[in-house]
Amino acid sequence: MIEIKDLTKSYGENIAVDNINFTVEKGEILGFLGPNGAGKSTTMNIITGYIPSTEGSVKVAGYDILEQPSEVKKRIGYLPEQPPLYMDMTVKDYLHFVYEIKKVSQNRKTHISDVMEMVEIGDVQKRLIKNLSKGYKQRVGLAQALLGNPEVLILDEPTVGLDPKQIIEIRNVIKDLGKDHTIILSSHILPEVNAICGRVIIINNGKIAAIDTPENLSKTLTNESKLVVRVAGEESHVIKALKDLTGIKYVEAQGQKEPDSIDYIIEAEANIDIRKPLFYAMSKHGYPILMLKSLDLTLEDIFLQLTMEEEAM
Amino acid sequence: MLAIFKRELKSYFYSPIGYIFVGFFLLLSGYFFATGNLMSGIADMKMVFGNLSIVFLFLVPILTMRLISEEKKSKTDQLLLTSPVSLTGVVIGKYLAAVAVFLISLLITGVYPIILYIFSSPSLGEILAGYLGFFLMGSAFIAIGLFISSMTENQVISAVASFGVLLLLWLIDMIVPFIQNPFIARAIEWLSILRRFQDFTLGILSLSPIVYYVSFSVAFVFLTVRVLEKRRWS
Repeated sequence: MIEIKDLTKSYGENIAVDNINFTVEKGEILGFLGPNGAGKSTTMNIITGYIPSTEGSVKVAGYDILEQPSEVKKRIGYLPEQPPLYMDMTVKDYLHFVYEIKKVSQNRKTHISDVMEMVEIGDVQKRLIKNLSKGYKQRVGLAQALLGNPEVLILDEPTVGLDPKQIIEIRNVIKDLGKDHTIILSSHILPEVNAICGRVIIINNGKIAAIDTPENLSKTLTNESKLVVRVAGEESHVIKALKDLTGIKYVEAQGQKEPDSIDYIIEAEANIDIRKPLFYAMSKHGYPILMLKSLDLTLEDIFLQLTMEEEAM
Repeated sequence: MLAIFKRELKSYFYSPIGYIFVGFFLLLSGYFFATGNLMSGIADMKMVFGNLSIVFLFLVPILTMRLISEEKKSKTDQLLLTSPVSLTGVVIGKYLAAVAVFLISLLITGVYPIILYIFSSPSLGEILAGYLGFFLMGSAFIAIGLFISSMTENQVISAVASFGVLLLLWLIDMIVPFIQNPFIARAIEWLSILRRFQDFTLGILSLSPIVYYVSFSVAFVFLTVRVLEKRRWS
């Protein structure tokens, strides 16, 4: 459905997107992960025809974005990072305007009210957009992308600024849409991508760092078991006791976070559950464990890992 | 293009801008009509048009300052450029909306000649030619404002720059008598937007100033499209 070949975008010397290749199949939900400035939004802006690429080609449903832009634009609904809303219009007027410029063929009244129902903005339809909360603005932006029921949806951080309840609602809407739409969505929240997407592209410094299913990605990431442990007691003694444990690879003191205790990050050999031996060892030495939890891998950690692996090769 | 035109026209009246423009236009034209025609007992509108054309230089930036700069700033250009409408359509729609607001105010001033007709018998041709000329000249001014609005994201810069450029076009007439070289003098005279308008107020309707104003507008609308196109590619 979407074919991206050798896509490059440079602003003078600054390369925002560097030779990206990937394809998205019909009906797939693809996640775009990356830190700020990784090139997510730039790639999306190129696919939707907002900015042209420096090199490479983008094809949507077989049409090239530079050669037949209006054929491509007809098939894409786009929610940019900042929803493109006219603050001085009411929600309803705005959607009618978008309906017109997108040359939508569905019945005007029923289609617009269907879309409003889908993202639950029916009760604010007569209000001025500038008076809406951020969450509602985001939903109006999403409604705008859904008008005309385009085959491809490109959503740039669709859940940003929503409260947790709304995030779950919007995710469900996106999942539902994924049944008969092709969706590319960007995010910097790993669990979100995990929950929605069938495949994930991790992008960093304009380059693709990894393409895989969320399951495979987290599998490669969880074979290390890092723990954070808070222990009361003399630092040097505790470190010594920790290092004496069989199966411990690495110990690092994190400093005092609670009075009379020190936090440590410990890493065990793969396939060893260190928690029970840790408990008995600490209790034997008389150092009470105040807290024990596994270290959550953030997106930044994945990046560090992926980029370090690249450098090692 | 029609959708853009409709939205833009409505947005003039969602915000105070449309009311301010129409209000001041009518206030000032009413003032000139009252002093130049009613109080002095003159039945031709030459004076009104003459004064109004100068004042209009100040009013045009109100109309055009946010046309494109606002779109860029609020990122709504992302919606327009990713929709299946052409850039040319967007620009023309916006231009016509500004011209429409101008035309609405101009049509309201149509009561002045009616008042003149009740009490006197002014020359119909002269007044109609004056109106046509004023409309064409105003549209050319708006095209300049539109062009300048496309070059910045800041409304204030857009307004000040438009005003400056229009003022320069007005002042350009004054330098002509001081220029010795007849060729340069003629070239500068050719640039003068206001001079051509004087023919209209005298009731002279010739093709060349009409073509001049229309091509002036078309050229600046086209340049606006090019500026936006270029910005996308850079």
